[in-house]
Amino acid sequence: MSRPPALVVRAPGTNRDSDIAYALRLAGADPSVVLIGDLTDRPELLDDARLAVFAGGFSYADAIGAGRLIALDIRLALIDQLNAFVAAGRPVIGICNGFQALVAAGLLPGAGRQAALAPNATGRFECSWVTLETPPSKSIWTHGLDEWIECPIAHGEGRFTCDDATLAELRANGQIALTYHGRNPNGSVGDIAGVCDETGLVLGLMPHPENHVIARQHPQYSRGHSGCSGLAMIEAGVRHAKGL
Amino acid sequence: MTDIERLVISTTSPDPRAAVLLADAHALGLGAVVSIAVADVICIDGVVSEALRDVIVSPLLQVSGNVGQSGDLIVETALRPGVTDGFASEIMRAAAELGTPVRSVRTGKRYSVAGSLQPADVDRLVSRLLSNPVIEQCVVGGDVPFGASSDAVAQPTVDTVAIRGLAADQLAALNVERGLALDPAEFAVIQAHFADLGRDPTDAELETLGQTWSEHCAHKTFRAKITTEDGTVLQPLLAQLRDTTERIAHPMVVSAFVGNAGIVDFGSGLTYALKAETHNHPSAVEPFGGANTGVGGVIRDVMGADHKPIAVTDILCFGPTDLNPDQLPDGVLHPRRIASGVISGVADYGNKIGLPNVAGAVLYDPGYTANPLVFAGCIGTAPSGRAALRGPFPGDRVVVLGGRTGRDGIRGATFSSRTMDATTGEVEGASVQIGDPIIEKLLIDMLDDCQGLFSAITDCGAGGLSSAVGEMAERTGADVDMAVAPLKYPGLAPWEVWLSEAQERMVLAVPPESIAMMQGLATSHGVEMTDLGHFTGDGRLLVRYGALTVVDLDVSFLHDGRPRRELNAVMPQPDRTSDSSRHSDDPAATLLALLAHPNIASKADVIRRYDHEIRGATVVKPLLGVELDAHADGVVLAEPGDTAGIAVGIGVNPWYGALDPEWMARAVVDEAVRNVVAVGADPSHIALLDNFSWGDPRRPSTLGELAACVAGCCEASISFDAPFVSGKDSLNNEYLTADGSRRSVPPTLVITAVAPVPDADRCVTPDLKEVGNVVVLVGPPAFAFGGSHFDMVCASGGLSNVGPIPAPDPTAPARYAGLHLAMRAGLIRSCHDVSEGGLAVALAEMVIGGGLGIRANVGEAAALTGTLFAEGNGRLVCEMTPDALGDLEQFLGEPVAVLGSVTGEAVLAIDGVRPITLGELREAFGVQS
Repeated sequence: MSRPPALVVRAPGTNRDSDIAYALRLAGADPSVVLIGDLTDRPELLDDARLAVFAGGFSYADAIGAGRLIALDIRLALIDQLNAFVAAGRPVIGICNGFQALVAAGLLPGAGRQAALAPNATGRFECSWVTLETPPSKSIWTHGLDEWIECPIAHGEGRFTCDDATLAELRANGQIALTYHGRNPNGSVGDIAGVCDETGLVLGLMPHPENHVIARQHPQYSRGHSGCSGLAMIEAGVRHAKGL
Repeated sequence: MTDIERLVISTTSPDPRAAVLLADAHALGLGAVVSIAVADVICIDGVVSEALRDVIVSPLLQVSGNVGQSGDLIVETALRPGVTDGFASEIMRAAAELGTPVRSVRTGKRYSVAGSLQPADVDRLVSRLLSNPVIEQCVVGGDVPFGASSDAVAQPTVDTVAIRGLAADQLAALNVERGLALDPAEFAVIQAHFADLGRDPTDAELETLGQTWSEHCAHKTFRAKITTEDGTVLQPLLAQLRDTTERIAHPMVVSAFVGNAGIVDFGSGLTYALKAETHNHPSAVEPFGGANTGVGGVIRDVMGADHKPIAVTDILCFGPTDLNPDQLPDGVLHPRRIASGVISGVADYGNKIGLPNVAGAVLYDPGYTANPLVFAGCIGTAPSGRAALRGPFPGDRVVVLGGRTGRDGIRGATFSSRTMDATTGEVEGASVQIGDPIIEKLLIDMLDDCQGLFSAITDCGAGGLSSAVGEMAERTGADVDMAVAPLKYPGLAPWEVWLSEAQERMVLAVPPESIAMMQGLATSHGVEMTDLGHFTGDGRLLVRYGALTVVDLDVSFLHDGRPRRELNAVMPQPDRTSDSSRHSDDPAATLLALLAHPNIASKADVIRRYDHEIRGATVVKPLLGVELDAHADGVVLAEPGDTAGIAVGIGVNPWYGALDPEWMARAVVDEAVRNVVAVGADPSHIALLDNFSWGDPRRPSTLGELAACVAGCCEASISFDAPFVSGKDSLNNEYLTADGSRRSVPPTLVITAVAPVPDADRCVTPDLKEVGNVVVLVGPPAFAFGGSHFDMVCASGGLSNVGPIPAPDPTAPARYAGLHLAMRAGLIRSCHDVSEGGLAVALAEMVIGGGLGIRANVGEAAALTGTLFAEGNGRLVCEMTPDALGDLEQFLGEPVAVLGSVTGEAVLAIDGVRPITLGELREAFGVQS
């Protein structure tokens, strides 16, 4: 498959769908954006896709808590289809609001009961650049990356929180896919920036690799900075989807 | 009422909001407060299923139950009925989705305050921190009662207001009573008009005229006949600006001073719509909502110019955040609270709608304590060559897209046109709204798909439908029915529906044959669409409510009937000659004090609250340098994949404005231009926006200052060959104190410059790059200390300083053109504009950004204070390799002053000044070492 179809899911208030679609195109996929309402009406739209993305933003204004209402949509109308999607070996990524949604919907560990994304320790939304390490993990999204990733965060509820047992389990199972190097911007336990499910196919992360896919997007580009692109991660997912 | 369930939800781990509240309470002088716990309160009328409870209360993060300890003071607040409550409506939606719908929901907050407080302390805490009566109901010591609405549901009626035969003093009283903000001469014309018609106006007609003729909508000062003290009659201010743009006749200008925004075409295949607005009065009484809806409004302006928004900007002016609370005028919110609310409001809207907030400024001055200023800007794009909209045409439908109508923001335009006093917050409560950025995001997405389906579009802003439909119908007339407008809740009088400033609405003229397709797109985008009626062609504005006639006005009277305002001005006589020299005994200490001044110090804390990365187009970011905490001069936006982009720069300096408004205009235009040139923009294609925030123009000296400022704008525009394409004035930024004295804001002109960047891969930033490079001053020496930041840190009292402000620099345009060529040739490694605080601050900021040092000799010791701290126009500091010096001078056609070189030792070492380490500089600037 030359350009694997990728489905980017958005709800009212999702706002980084075009950014990830651009990154997917650069990475060799063929993205299309679908409204969650259209997808819950016609879950078969997932059938053609080889990769699915839950994009960043403020789905339903994050009115009740980040990602919780789109997670409700997923739980009520999409959960079986998404589980089958993953069972077929197809990768899924939830970025920022998508991460919050996948955790609350139960596609990522904790299901909102043993793990959740809480308000940043500072109590504030923050947009800044972070450096991400990719510790050895099951995630197909960080597999084979030969350098760290530098990209922005832009969130108010990104503090990964979980109980001790869950943290130990995540560590033991190789499900901690991304950690903050240097400054931890939100107070996440274990400096966790992203986790994957037990299959390694589903990844959730707070930072935005899709906003560092060309060199000049880096804030130190004028200082000669290059590398550490977020595109590598997107490419890893697309590569996996291509092999399906 | 039955089945009311009250959920009180708190967090399992410490709630970050509690720490913020405690710090704010202490800043208000309430040291006795030990802690403030906070919980969310949700009152649900209906049966709350377990599934719904599970959605509302996060099992890991939250618990249901009261916070605080017994003995704490309990304060509960809830949004007033009619104030947009997104939390409540999403809970209702979730309940319905779960198959267990509920009747209504109301949300609020519960505070539990520990500490022994006197009754006066409690009052201060509640009124100044915990609740805002403008939007919230508050109960101290108990629960806010749950009630859907305390407002009686009125029958739709149209009242007639008897104005015929009223004497002048009676008209004046009516003017105040109804908050119309009409001039006596205007009300007299209205009275005569209805006398001719042989009837009295309806309430809605009077309100429509009040809105349409308000300063906010009609810009009557900018259109007024102005006579100066020597009898000279000035050309109206707006005409001066327009004529200047016409005289420049720059081919890039597609549209200037018409419609909702200025439009330019830099030849890259896109046109850019540019607009900057003010939202000052609402932000003073409800900082979050005021700033929030200010951003929403200016984004709609760009949508109303048929462009898709791509970025927002904000310039904020506050009183000192460390102001002693006892010095606050009555009814005025503390600057700290205003600043925090405004910044949260700007962040909330921009972040949620998904537009990067890319450029701005935050200024502090005691003159803004009672009248904070909030300038919000927006930039949008459309493909070049898109046909301009020519409608509306008779027969087109009057279509409203977006949010429902409530009692929000009734009379906002007239409110903005009045002086504020101690009662403003309470009286004008209904003038303030809370935005819903998600609805506006849906509108943006939908309009992107609607090209070709409408013949005219405008946003529904101040004045609501009365302004939007009234303006669109100017050449045709319209016939609309308010009874079909979808409402948030029942009980609105017809005039309220017509005047409501409910947010997130656009009005379109849609040919009947396109209605079905439009409705289909609205449905698929989740946007509510209402067909209110049609544009007629008979020149009458006819508003009905079912069978009732609400408004029946001649559109020519509505738009052209207003008598031209006649005003007198006394022109300022600024000091431009006196000796302006100063002396600092310890220049190092002065520099550190300047870096620590709130106007110069790091704004990283504010900038990081705003998403400036979304869309991936922010190439030169507001924060950059080795530690990503140095400020950029201008910001560059370029779509991923495009070579060309645009730069956005801001100029503002009210301290100059207080001394010499004309030269202030020259200086801030120069600053805005310099800021875009510094990052790599082409100075031959600069478009400008003007925003004036001033005091009451009916005072001749204030009007004289405004007129002088406009004259300066026009001179600067000609000098830089940079046309103004859009602008906005906000006058009457005054506060009437209890003793009858008036406090006006300092004369504040904000200039936004937008210019093309030919190659976004080769932008220049101000952080030092490489050891061994030379550092040069491009531009003339500076001498001015009038309005300088040196005087703020070295002399007492912000505006008490004296002496000339920087004189206009006629050589700047040629210099910027040469510098741009040098940048295109790749000569310039870093570049920073020299502005507030002078050369020393510019050098220090380059050191902070680069994490390197500078060794410099800036000139003779005797003149050191002037060389380091005087302010001037047309100046930039550049870094380059030593061998590039000759080429730079060739490009500039003038010599540059070599100041020194970049060193690997992180020290700013200037001959004659104690060497200052990078650590000291960073600490003063307010960033972590």
